[in-house]
Amino acid sequence: MSTEAFTPAKKSLLDRLPVSSHIRRSVGLQRTMLLIGVVLCAVFLVAAIFAPLLAPYGYSQISDDAGTFPAQAAPGGKHPWGTTVGGYDVLSRVIWGSQTAATVIVVAVLMAIFIGVFLGLVSGYFGGWLDRILVVVADAIYAFPTLLLAIVVSIAINKGQSGFWGGILACGFAITAVFVPQYFRVIRAETIRLKAEPFVESAQVVGASSARIIGRHIFANATRTLPLIFTLNASEAILTLAGLGFLGFGIEPSSAAEWGFDLNKAMSDASSGIWWTGVFPGAAIVLTVLGLTLVGESMNDLNDPRLRGRRRAGSKRKGTEVKNQTEVSA
Amino acid sequence: MTTLIDTPPPTVAAPKSKSAGGGLGKYILVRFLLIFPTIFILVTLVFFLMRITGDPITAAQGGRLPQEQIDALVHQAGYDRPLFIQYLEYLGQIATGNFGRTISDGRPVIEMLAKFGAATLELAINSLVVALLVGIPLGMFAAHKRDKVPDALLRFFAILCYATPVFFAGLLLKLTFSVGLGWFPVAGRASTTTELAMSRLSAPTGIYWLDALRSNDLAAFGDIVHHAVLPAIALGLLTAGVFLRLVRTNVIGTLGKDYVEAGRSRGVSEYRLVTKHAYKPALIPIITVMGLQIALLLGGAVLTETTFEWKGLGYQLAQYLTARDFVAVQGIVMLLAVIVAVTNFVVDILAALIDPRVRY
Repeated sequence: MSTEAFTPAKKSLLDRLPVSSHIRRSVGLQRTMLLIGVVLCAVFLVAAIFAPLLAPYGYSQISDDAGTFPAQAAPGGKHPWGTTVGGYDVLSRVIWGSQTAATVIVVAVLMAIFIGVFLGLVSGYFGGWLDRILVVVADAIYAFPTLLLAIVVSIAINKGQSGFWGGILACGFAITAVFVPQYFRVIRAETIRLKAEPFVESAQVVGASSARIIGRHIFANATRTLPLIFTLNASEAILTLAGLGFLGFGIEPSSAAEWGFDLNKAMSDASSGIWWTGVFPGAAIVLTVLGLTLVGESMNDLNDPRLRGRRRAGSKRKGTEVKNQTEVSA
Repeated sequence: MTTLIDTPPPTVAAPKSKSAGGGLGKYILVRFLLIFPTIFILVTLVFFLMRITGDPITAAQGGRLPQEQIDALVHQAGYDRPLFIQYLEYLGQIATGNFGRTISDGRPVIEMLAKFGAATLELAINSLVVALLVGIPLGMFAAHKRDKVPDALLRFFAILCYATPVFFAGLLLKLTFSVGLGWFPVAGRASTTTELAMSRLSAPTGIYWLDALRSNDLAAFGDIVHHAVLPAIALGLLTAGVFLRLVRTNVIGTLGKDYVEAGRSRGVSEYRLVTKHAYKPALIPIITVMGLQIALLLGGAVLTETTFEWKGLGYQLAQYLTARDFVAVQGIVMLLAVIVAVTNFVVDILAALIDPRVRY
């Protein structure tokens, strides 16, 4: 055992991928939480990708060959999760909603990473007045309630409501506006730290251009934490999207299914005791965010040696090992 | 996270503390001056973003009046002038303390802010109370039972609090406690009679329970509390999860400190160690985080208010946004920006007073 630990074994690709390597390293409770998170995320992704196959009806379908769907029908029979006041099938809209959510996450987080990482690298590396201005602006935006910012940006872009891609882009941009300052701060701080490292100085001495130093030496090192931020922000993106939809600044119901919008419509049903129109999309939001957060949290803990649980050397010496572990992490 | 960093030995800190007076003064001044660019940037941002959305006249009359008439009205109101001139004019108005009247319902913006701001403040206070009552004891308990089943369950609970949007929490609470059990009202800040009584008061603060207590109206107070429970829980749980995790991490951090170990070796009970020795220093970071939570609370308030038809700033903001009422939206955003900027300032100063290492 001990000699193996010191010879750096050649790792397979599976070992080096963010999530799978974390599963291997984890033990006990941490592993349980990570696995629950991975399973929830997998369900979400499968629903998003295979929505056309999984959903019994279309997201804006209100009738089939047998006639118009009943409004506010209780769960059961043809509509296992019931129908909404507009006659939409709840199950179908929940499944299609995962596709909308996944698309928005990808659009928003990718845009935020590109803009935020770029600004963070440039601002952190060059410093000076540009850096100061960007920091003040980013701090101002960062401090402001994210949802309000998202609402204003979303209205500015689509002037109310719009179709699928229009709505996706508007929500994506709105969420991007919220996230850019966060990525900017993280990457800028890392860049400033790395700038003082010997390998950057030696690159400067050798005569490498600024673009090369930023693009090659700093970028690779500063972005190691990105998978973690990605999972944490993806969950926030879903919550922001749902909030936008709930307030009616999201995507139109005829162009896509959106959980937050459905919850908005369900609020008035609640007073008359109709629970299925709200509980199912709400549960979808909670489970998706829960899954993403569990994965992100576990990865964070596993990356931090102080928080990482360790596999016990021998299962019989339980007591002593637990005590050691506590001392290390405290 | 800061508590995980080891405290520097006192010998290192000593020379710094001598010059702390001047350093602190300068730090406070710099932080104070930073409030203004923050507000300025947000106000500018919202000004231009709102102008992109169109104008309030088209939003209200679009389709109902012929285009020429709309154009004439837009011209009369000055919305067709160059943006930059409108912007300078707007800055000039703010500088002289003139926030104008809302376009959609013609109220003075200041009056609107005072009325609805009080409602939002009430909601924020209520939910902060819920968050502290739930978050701190549970966090201490989780730290006490570290890595055991209760701790795992509480951590899960904290993540669940974060993962549940306030409007969904509100929906579940409504379904269970209003519709199902009939314990609490479905929506609103107070019943109609109480609302009337509140509007008749001579010098109201606008915070209903405070007004009811001041006028010794116990029936109204009961009614107000009755209405306040569900919204406060819905919004409070969101923050409670954050507090729970923070208290847990920090109590675990302080439980490992030498002075706690010394207490333990003297035979102080584990319960007393958590509640007396370890928990007070662990509360310091909460002050900082509470400041950050204000922004979260204000954002959550928009959703909570819409869920429970709580007529506060957030509820109104959604209405004004739909009506493209620039003046009202800018007024609300301005107020929120001021609140956020001032809170962050106060929090930073508190943090600097408590921990000299923060100053720079």
